[in-house]
Amino acid sequence: MTQMAEFSLETGQDDSATLRFAGSLAISKMGDLPNALEDIAGPIHAIDISAIDHIDTIGAWIVHSQSIKWGCDIKGADADAQRLIDAVRAGEDSEAGMGLHAEPLPPLKRIVGQVGESVTIAGQTLLGLIDFLGLTLITLWGLIRHPSRMRWNAVIQRFEMVGVAALGIIGLMSFLIGIVIAQQGAVQLRQFGMEVLTVNLVGRLTFRELGVLMTAIMVAGRSGSAFAAQIGTMKLTEEIDAMRTIGVSPMEALIMPRIMAVVIMMPLLGFYASILSIIGGGFLCAIALDIPPVTFIQRLREVVPLTDLWVGLIKAPVFGLIIGMTGCFQGLQVKANAEEVGLRTTAAVVQAIFMVIVLDAIFAVLFTWIGWT
Amino acid sequence: MSEETETTTGHSSVSDDSIAIQVRGLRTSFGTHVVHENLDLDVRRGEILGVVGGSGTGKSVLMRAIIGLQTPAAGDISVFGESMIDRDDAETLELRKRWGVLFQGGALFSTLTVAENIEVPIREFYPQISQELRDEIAAYKIRMTGLPANAGPKFPAELSGGMKKRAGLARALAIDPDLLFLDEPTAGLDPIGAASFDAQTRQLQQTLGLTIFLITHDLDTLYTICDRVAVIADKQVIAVGTIDELLATEHPWIQEYFNGPRGRAALSSKGAMGQRGASPATKDES
Repeated sequence: MTQMAEFSLETGQDDSATLRFAGSLAISKMGDLPNALEDIAGPIHAIDISAIDHIDTIGAWIVHSQSIKWGCDIKGADADAQRLIDAVRAGEDSEAGMGLHAEPLPPLKRIVGQVGESVTIAGQTLLGLIDFLGLTLITLWGLIRHPSRMRWNAVIQRFEMVGVAALGIIGLMSFLIGIVIAQQGAVQLRQFGMEVLTVNLVGRLTFRELGVLMTAIMVAGRSGSAFAAQIGTMKLTEEIDAMRTIGVSPMEALIMPRIMAVVIMMPLLGFYASILSIIGGGFLCAIALDIPPVTFIQRLREVVPLTDLWVGLIKAPVFGLIIGMTGCFQGLQVKANAEEVGLRTTAAVVQAIFMVIVLDAIFAVLFTWIGWT
Repeated sequence: MSEETETTTGHSSVSDDSIAIQVRGLRTSFGTHVVHENLDLDVRRGEILGVVGGSGTGKSVLMRAIIGLQTPAAGDISVFGESMIDRDDAETLELRKRWGVLFQGGALFSTLTVAENIEVPIREFYPQISQELRDEIAAYKIRMTGLPANAGPKFPAELSGGMKKRAGLARALAIDPDLLFLDEPTAGLDPIGAASFDAQTRQLQQTLGLTIFLITHDLDTLYTICDRVAVIADKQVIAVGTIDELLATEHPWIQEYFNGPRGRAALSSKGAMGQRGASPATKDES
């Protein structure tokens, strides 16, 4: 049992070669035997396994495949060995030419295929999202007509998850961003002796752009991904199908509360983030630029027009809608296996952030066009 | 109850070679919830031991404890005479090469094809085996477990429940283990599929000389293929033996289990099958 598997070649008087196996023909004792067998030049006229003291199906397969290879008989098999050889041989003919792995494509074909597939997926995702937007609006209209169907408990719960639970991290992030903008701005503006313009920089940038944008990115990472993963997992465990059969609309029970929560929370979080950024900027101005907080606030009121606040507050719910929709939409696309939950979650975050930035650019042009500069 | 535990511990004195798994004084718990308390069990070599018990009595936990996925709070577990307690993964590697596990849902790796799933243990444990030979091994394992020949390149998501179980079985058998753990192999299968899975299990056990630790709720499985049955209740193994021996005990749960309507139905169907039902009993004599 403990002896390694080995083989020997014996040539008889009439030039007939016998392949003789010995030792334990089990996978754990196989060592390099299969590779060594490949090197035999042959031909072999008989296989003798009478000297082996143990065999498992892998050994049996090796013996069997040698006998096929050289077209010779197996001699000296005891009852156990014969049984195993018969077992591995069973039904062998039926699998002629059968593949075991997914067929790999040639590289060129694969790359072209991947490009095509990505384009199709992108197109389908876009169409799907537009479709989903329509579905969301129809559901919303239904809820407006029948307000009693609105699940306020779920909405409030989502408020907490999306909004309140994010206050800490968004606050800290915005505070630090405010400091960074003020510090970097001050370094550049000092060259012109205009350090005082740092206040303009911090005030206008955070209200118009960075407060809302950074919040959107953070919310996409926190909540958009959570939506996709939650809904995707529910899809996998057939919870969503179960809801439908009971007569609960998943759109009303799962999707609307989430989308509403992000749409309502985004402006609040965006405003909060802007304020925290300004506090961060004011903090740096007070410490590094000797602008006291009172002066800072006074100057802020002079240079930041109210339209800057509106710019931020108008963008925020739109970004929220994008984040909530991509998260829920990708979650609903989950099929088949757990790996897809991960893929869809990633897709939700990436698409949400991408679309938020594209929309932000469009908004920038739009607001300039109407004169809110 | 003390009688049964007596019979269980009785053959611990017999030479260790005939015992594949030995569990002594096992205690497992999750926080304050104690699952097993002072549990003893022996699995003999070459037998199919069915493990039954109500839901939540810790059948799967016992299996997980034996294969080292769950660390017991106290007690000793040895497999093929080697203790599993306080050994790290590297130390039990040789031992882990000697068993295969079929998890309840099949637990196939969803990103690999069936054939690749079967090849994973071979590649991990015996990297010197060439890809070509691995493919050949996977191909005959697929045939042996009764999967259709075209199942090899399929992904688990494309398989039916029964085929997933068979693919899981093929993976569990990939490196020709001596010991096989099956966790509810026939759960969720239709009766025909379940019966054919049972027949396959029995046939493989006889061909390969396996020891099988089989957790099941399926009374037909118990009657047709199990040599002995261990009953888990009250945090312990309350009885081990052939079904006839178990029926002779007074324990109310055992009586209800085997003499309930389902138990009777399984018994009568076993009578109809006759032949196969007889083989476990004769096996137990030896």
